[in-house]
Amino acid sequence: MTLLGLYNYWIVVVLMMIGFYIVIAQGNLVKKIVGLNIFQTSAFIFFISLAWREGGTAPIALPGVTEYANPLPHVLILTAIVVGVALTAMGLALVVRIHETYGSIEEDDIHQQDEQQ
Amino acid sequence: MTEHLPALQVVIALTAAPLVMLLNRLPRLAWGVTLVTCWATFAVAVMLLLQVSDGSVIRYEMGGWAPPWGIEYRVDGANAWVLLIIGLVSAVVMPFARRSVDQEIPADRIGLFYSAFLLANAGLLGIAITADAFNIFVFFEISALASYALIAMGRDRRAVLASYQYLIMGTIGTTFLLIGIGFLYIMTGTLNLGDLAARLPEVTDTRTIRAAFAFIAVGISLKLALFPLHLWLPNAYSYAPSMVTVFLSATATKVAIYVLLRFVYTVFGFEFSFVELSMAWVLMPLALLGIVIPSLIAVFQDDVKRLLAYSSVAQVGYMILGISFASALGLMASVLHLFNHAITKAALFMAVGCLVYRLGGVSLARVAGAAERMPWTMAAFVVAGLSLIGVPLTAGFVTKWYLLQAALMEGFWPVAALLLATSLIAAVYMWKVVEAAYFRAPPEDAREVREAPLALLVPTWVLTGATIVFGVWAQFPIGAARNAADALLGVPQSW
Repeated sequence: MTLLGLYNYWIVVVLMMIGFYIVIAQGNLVKKIVGLNIFQTSAFIFFISLAWREGGTAPIALPGVTEYANPLPHVLILTAIVVGVALTAMGLALVVRIHETYGSIEEDDIHQQDEQQ
Repeated sequence: MTEHLPALQVVIALTAAPLVMLLNRLPRLAWGVTLVTCWATFAVAVMLLLQVSDGSVIRYEMGGWAPPWGIEYRVDGANAWVLLIIGLVSAVVMPFARRSVDQEIPADRIGLFYSAFLLANAGLLGIAITADAFNIFVFFEISALASYALIAMGRDRRAVLASYQYLIMGTIGTTFLLIGIGFLYIMTGTLNLGDLAARLPEVTDTRTIRAAFAFIAVGISLKLALFPLHLWLPNAYSYAPSMVTVFLSATATKVAIYVLLRFVYTVFGFEFSFVELSMAWVLMPLALLGIVIPSLIAVFQDDVKRLLAYSSVAQVGYMILGISFASALGLMASVLHLFNHAITKAALFMAVGCLVYRLGGVSLARVAGAAERMPWTMAAFVVAGLSLIGVPLTAGFVTKWYLLQAALMEGFWPVAALLLATSLIAAVYMWKVVEAAYFRAPPEDAREVREAPLALLVPTWVLTGATIVFGVWAQFPIGAARNAADALLGVPQSW
């Protein structure tokens, strides 16, 4: 049952592969960013879930409680989420600029236009 | 004051960045503040290098929190050397930037441009100085985000697409690094590099740690443009504004190589990386392919900037090759090449920046006949080009010499022969540019151009001169590189 008991890691692996596949396989620049987000989210879930402890409670000092979840990965991922938001914003801003200059956000279209030049 | 130097190294540039952004309406002042910031950063880097030149280590507890709980900044011979490279290049590129950026960037965005440049600079410095694994990830992203913005400001419309591709690949790289760091944390419960190194031996024989090593190595290899993960680099360097290409080509990949060295040598240890996982047998074929194939591609480029970008991929191959010898001498040659290639490539891209400033572009057709009209620019290009090829009395020769020695010491005769052969390929593609500039007539519709202004020429010649100075008087870089190798290996070697 250990394989099922570690279901959080299975979720991470599946999400990571879905995200990675979208980034590679999609020709649409916005969808690539979506894939990148899913890919990053899998890493976030990995960190957050590894902080969990059986029987542990939220990391707030309470009388009579000795088992706490590890707060450090949560804090790390708070930072990583901010980084992820900045990356998404940056990526989408670039897509807007690409759309302005090429009139398209499909990779094939754009490469075709560049080759014709 | 001096005890806070490690913090100042990063904080000066980090705090100046928003200030420069507020000065967006006063482009001249924004440039001035950035210039002063970069010079101050360089001064700090020099002082740090002098402090650790005797082999000592500076430890700095950020905010007074003792490591491993707080973030520690740790300066030894290795990262002081990298900090010096970043500081030197940014200090020299700033005087160059004024005229070049005025021409290439719209006036209402110059302040924003310099603000992004300072963030990229601070991010790279932060990567080099911190001793906290997660902090490395954050600084990687700070410098990367700023670099994406800088590259997208190129005049060519393909610059935005190049920046987008860099963003996708760069983010995959840093996320891999993050996952690897997560694996390390899950096994050891610490993020401090020194603490990691102390605790890893207990758990080293687990699949988790091997997976961590794989994730980190692949993630960083994407950032340092190791063949075949280099696909983002040629476009990004070709279409970025001149000054950005100079700065990034000289620093960004070098810092990533430093991080790889830090993880391989300090955190995982030589034994684990090279003996147990035989990393050398992965790195060496990739390094050799990475030298030969991009060099051959460079020969067939029509754009000088793109040609040099492919040559940068090849030069990364040389640095990785030195590491793959798994010897102290090979490591020292690689670390030495970080510096020698930084000044050489920065000088070359600055000469290209001068050409762009006057000619508007650097396709071989446009560069034709440029030597007659811009003799000093082309002379700088030739001298720095000789250093790239590795001709004696230049900085490039010094590293090629040590690389050859390291190859022969391990008995890799074919590798040594290949090293010499690829230098010839470098001579071929540099000759293509020289031939066009010196021996071809300018195109019919050529604009009447003069020599580049002194504001561009002087910084170009400072670095070009440096390639000669450090080729003839090589004790300083060799000494520093030995010191850096000592710091990475953890034991002083008998050089």
